[in-house]
Amino acid sequence: MKLLYYPGCTLKTSAKNLEKSAFCVAEALGHEMVEMKDWTCCGVASSLTDDDLMHHLAPLRNLIHVEDEGEERIVALCDMCCNTLKQTNFRVKEKPDDLETLNLFMDRENDYKGTVKVMHFLEFLRDEVGFKTLKKMVKNPLKGMKIMPYYGCMLLRPREVAIDDAEEPTIMGDLLKSLGAEVIDNPFKIECCGSYHTIEEKKLVSDRAYRITKFAIDRGADAIMLSCPLCRFNLDVRGKEAEKIYNNYKQIPVYYYSQLITVALGLDLKNCGFGDHAVDPVLLLKKKGVFENKRE
Amino acid sequence: MNKIKGKIVDENSLKLKKGELAKEVEELSGENLFGCYQCGTCSAGCPYIEEMDLTPDEVIRYLILDRKEVLNSKTIWLCSSCFTCAERCPRDINITKIMEALRQIILRKNIDKTKLTKLTKEEKEVIPQLAFVCLFRKNVG
Repeated sequence: MKLLYYPGCTLKTSAKNLEKSAFCVAEALGHEMVEMKDWTCCGVASSLTDDDLMHHLAPLRNLIHVEDEGEERIVALCDMCCNTLKQTNFRVKEKPDDLETLNLFMDRENDYKGTVKVMHFLEFLRDEVGFKTLKKMVKNPLKGMKIMPYYGCMLLRPREVAIDDAEEPTIMGDLLKSLGAEVIDNPFKIECCGSYHTIEEKKLVSDRAYRITKFAIDRGADAIMLSCPLCRFNLDVRGKEAEKIYNNYKQIPVYYYSQLITVALGLDLKNCGFGDHAVDPVLLLKKKGVFENKRE
Repeated sequence: MNKIKGKIVDENSLKLKKGELAKEVEELSGENLFGCYQCGTCSAGCPYIEEMDLTPDEVIRYLILDRKEVLNSKTIWLCSSCFTCAERCPRDINITKIMEALRQIILRKNIDKTKLTKLTKEEKEVIPQLAFVCLFRKNVG
């Protein structure tokens, strides 16, 4: 099946490995991710003031371009993009007057009809592929790996656009179980990673990364799995920097879910781009003997 | 004792009449400030609470009491819109939107929190792009 895909800025620059590994997973599942035409920046932070419609223009323009291609679904890989597109989609459906204003403002675009469904790739894996199907395809189970799923904010909140329960999400845990890993629970799994403060408040974000990771380590985790490119940077890179602040602290590897699926399905590791991480993710996989693991 | 140490805007220069600040926040955010019964659930779950000069429930209290110095609070810039407070509020007040409204009141006076020229080349090369877009959206008018 063809999956129309919205990349966003980061997937084309500092998170190429997320894009590549997700493409590889989709292909293995018999789907083809096709990049949508004429995409623009989504605006990242959805407008939160009631009078500010201007910042809904960019996401709406993207949704219109999806309609122009005759598709009813758009799949996003970046949590932030997915959230922003969904929030705008929600707002224009809730408030038809706002949609009219936005449509009137745009000259060259067609009017938005409201037919597009925005979907996160994780949602697609859960709802359309099914983790059971995925489990059957596993070649190298992640046996012996204790992994903490980290959800962050944008998948779960605000509730209108959430893909899972805001307080007790299970989607990533279920995915990990289907790949054969042991899931380590952690109350910090739904807490903010520090987000854009990573630019101006490095110490603050390092502290956040430390708190989240330390708790996971104390509970026995030896890796973290997540989906957002900014969370990856903050936990991986700023977490590595926290080693200089906190004695005897060692940052554990951080994986995208798509990378772990790639490994578990026995697909080409070149697609994972593990070299872009601050803490070497391959070392742990080798130590745990994942590549030698066979299905029982 | 004054809890707010910073100064980003001179609140008296804004010439806000009595009660106007609360009204403006309510208009921008679409939330009812006076519905807050100060239970502190928002503050209990906030990931940045340790760094804040005012807790989120205090911000609401300051607004209700018309204490305009709230505009100089660190709290409104520390909020990264993670929506935890909004999700948990028993009065269903979207505190995240209140923080955004306070930021907007300042930004719309042409006062930027982040000075773009101060960003270094190293930062621009290493940090994911979406962080910059997000920072500019939140801290630059």
